[in-house]
Amino acid sequence: MAATPFLAFDQVSKRFGPTLAVDDISLDIARGAFVALVGASGSGKSTLLKTVNRLVEPDAGRVLIDGADVASEPAPLVRRRIGYVFQGVGLFTHRTVGENIAMVPRISGAGRIAEERIGELLDLVELPRDIATRYPEALSGGQRQRVGIARALAGDSHLLLMDEPFGALDPITRARLGERVRALHEELGLTTVMVTHDMAEALLLANRVLVMEAGRIVADETPAALLAGAGGEAAQALVAVPRDQARRLGAAV
Amino acid sequence: MSDLLAALLGLGPQLADHILLSAAAVALGLGLALPLALWAARSRNVAGVALGFASLVQTIPALALLALFFPILLAARAVFGEGLPTLGFLPAWLALGLYALLPILRNAVTALTHVDAEALEAADGIGMTRWQRLRHVEAPLAAPYVMAGIRTASVWTIGAATLATTIGQRSLGDPIFAGLQTQNWALVLAGCIASASLALVADGLLGLVERGIASRRPMLAWIGAVLALAGLGAAAFAVAQPGSAASREVVKIGAKPFSEQYILAHAIGIMLEDAGYRVEYRDGLGSAVVHEAVTSSAIDISVDYTGTLWTNELGESGNPGREAMFDEIVNWEQRTSGTKVLGRLGFENAYGLAMEREKATFGLFNSIADVAERGQSMTIGGDPEWFERPEWQAVREAYGLRFANQRTFAPTFMYNALKSGEADVISAYTSDGRIAADDLVFLADPLEALPSYDAILLVSPRLADDPELAAALKPLIGAIDVQTMREANLMVDRDEDKRSVDEAARWLLDEIGAQPASTR
Repeated sequence: MAATPFLAFDQVSKRFGPTLAVDDISLDIARGAFVALVGASGSGKSTLLKTVNRLVEPDAGRVLIDGADVASEPAPLVRRRIGYVFQGVGLFTHRTVGENIAMVPRISGAGRIAEERIGELLDLVELPRDIATRYPEALSGGQRQRVGIARALAGDSHLLLMDEPFGALDPITRARLGERVRALHEELGLTTVMVTHDMAEALLLANRVLVMEAGRIVADETPAALLAGAGGEAAQALVAVPRDQARRLGAAV
Repeated sequence: MSDLLAALLGLGPQLADHILLSAAAVALGLGLALPLALWAARSRNVAGVALGFASLVQTIPALALLALFFPILLAARAVFGEGLPTLGFLPAWLALGLYALLPILRNAVTALTHVDAEALEAADGIGMTRWQRLRHVEAPLAAPYVMAGIRTASVWTIGAATLATTIGQRSLGDPIFAGLQTQNWALVLAGCIASASLALVADGLLGLVERGIASRRPMLAWIGAVLALAGLGAAAFAVAQPGSAASREVVKIGAKPFSEQYILAHAIGIMLEDAGYRVEYRDGLGSAVVHEAVTSSAIDISVDYTGTLWTNELGESGNPGREAMFDEIVNWEQRTSGTKVLGRLGFENAYGLAMEREKATFGLFNSIADVAERGQSMTIGGDPEWFERPEWQAVREAYGLRFANQRTFAPTFMYNALKSGEADVISAYTSDGRIAADDLVFLADPLEALPSYDAILLVSPRLADDPELAAALKPLIGAIDVQTMREANLMVDRDEDKRSVDEAARWLLDEIGAQPASTR
């Protein structure tokens, strides 16, 4: 690991009532990494992700970006520098696609952005430029999430947080969009943290896979190491699912 | 039909005032509801209290709510000084504003607490501040629902504003109340048609705005808004016309809600117009409100009755006799407010207990004492006011009156109740035209429990020292005997060959030889 990690968790804990969702996690993430957070529902992976952009405030510990505590400045300012994509997308239904994307620079006080820039962002997520004048209700689920990603990139952020971004999409759309995100990660030099419950997706897209169970990280491996049998029981149970499916498909052929 | 058309065409000023009052009330409701809704959307407790309060207000009958603001404002004078108006626009505006609160508040709170959770997460996620989230996400998403609330509130308010008439605010309720009292159905219908049409038009225009917002067609919203504002502007323009701008010069004549008061108010108006004054009528004021109105110069002239003032205003309970009571009232009015009692009109409109002649003769009921002794199985009917009046207490105690039943009727229907046997004895007015028409007799009052009720003319402090006004009204003083008044009342109240209030007033003036020079 580098001397100053790009993103660091320092003894972070978060409790919801009797449940310890995040249990004293310390973790460093290097610049340019594509990290997948994998685990069953309720394992605390979304909660951990949201402590970064302060949609969840930890009860104890700190989260540092480039060595600076995210709690040291107002939450909106922190969030404007971080791209955030989640399963629900949350497009503003009373605004056009273009206005949804333009909202990010607008609220940061950067004023209106050029139509050209909105076009570029739509290019990035492989949407036709004329979609900018349409309203979200006229789009398919996959198109909406592409707009959500374009909006997340509109603030020129270098950190992209994704919470089950493809969870509501059909398998074909899901695979295509996953590849596109992986490509964008490379093109734009992003650091990406993606929460998913799908181990296959994690293995295909990420270069580092963290497995969470009951608020703790129980495995921290590369996809290759996981496929080679590393990471322990919980991680291997998750890896077994897609491996088993692949074997059965192979046998069927 | 032509009556109805004429009545409708004469409603211009009422319509203009009605529009302005309703719009101001909805604006007040909106001004209260929006900040409350924002607060309530963030706190369950505030939401509970605010919605509870608004619902409570809604359960108060609009008529009572309007009337309640009279004593409230009277009490508020301790803080804001004597200049605070207790009648007219202010209380009507406050009461209707509270009435408009609920639909707006409920829709706004519901809309704000049900804004799509994912849109809110996205708003936070891209770094909106709370204010930005409100402005860019919550407010626009809630706007169509808030607009729907404003629309509902507007329709309610336009309907309820007709009741503003009872507290001295000109509105489309004027023809409704006057028509109901004199059973002039063309007037009632005209008032109803006008206010219902106004409600429909407002609903339609605000509906355009609502649909424009909801379906993101700004043109539609603008068309609705511009047309609604144009209507408001026209109403404001009409009210601000030089005609009513010089309202200081206008003499306002008040009337309690019954035919005799309307006739006398119009007779006074005719005399004053002939003398060069411009007059405005404040018909249908609640009778508790009239005295306060004239002594505070909210209106300028009223006809009241000595017995009423004696018990209600002076707070006296004894009966000093007719002359002493009058003298005392003249002094008291002069002393306490500077209101001038111009004189007695000549007749009494006393409260008495009346029965059908046949029933009275058959049962040998000649005096109240007879009824007290042998009439315990009978039913007494009275107008809504009667059973709350000290006169009723007094007469009941003096004779030890007891009845099997006690029923309340609108004054107009009280006589029908006597005819149909729903009541055996009623509290009647001695000057009522139906006394002779229905062949009723008054029960004698040997104990003099009921005070005298001389009709007297009161002039507000503002015009108390106007000698020309006093001179113009002098022909009315001491000139109207009870037979003449009964006959004039009957003209308006009867079902056949019904006359308008104005015709009855002119007949009355003619009868007493006081008709104005112009028609002589």
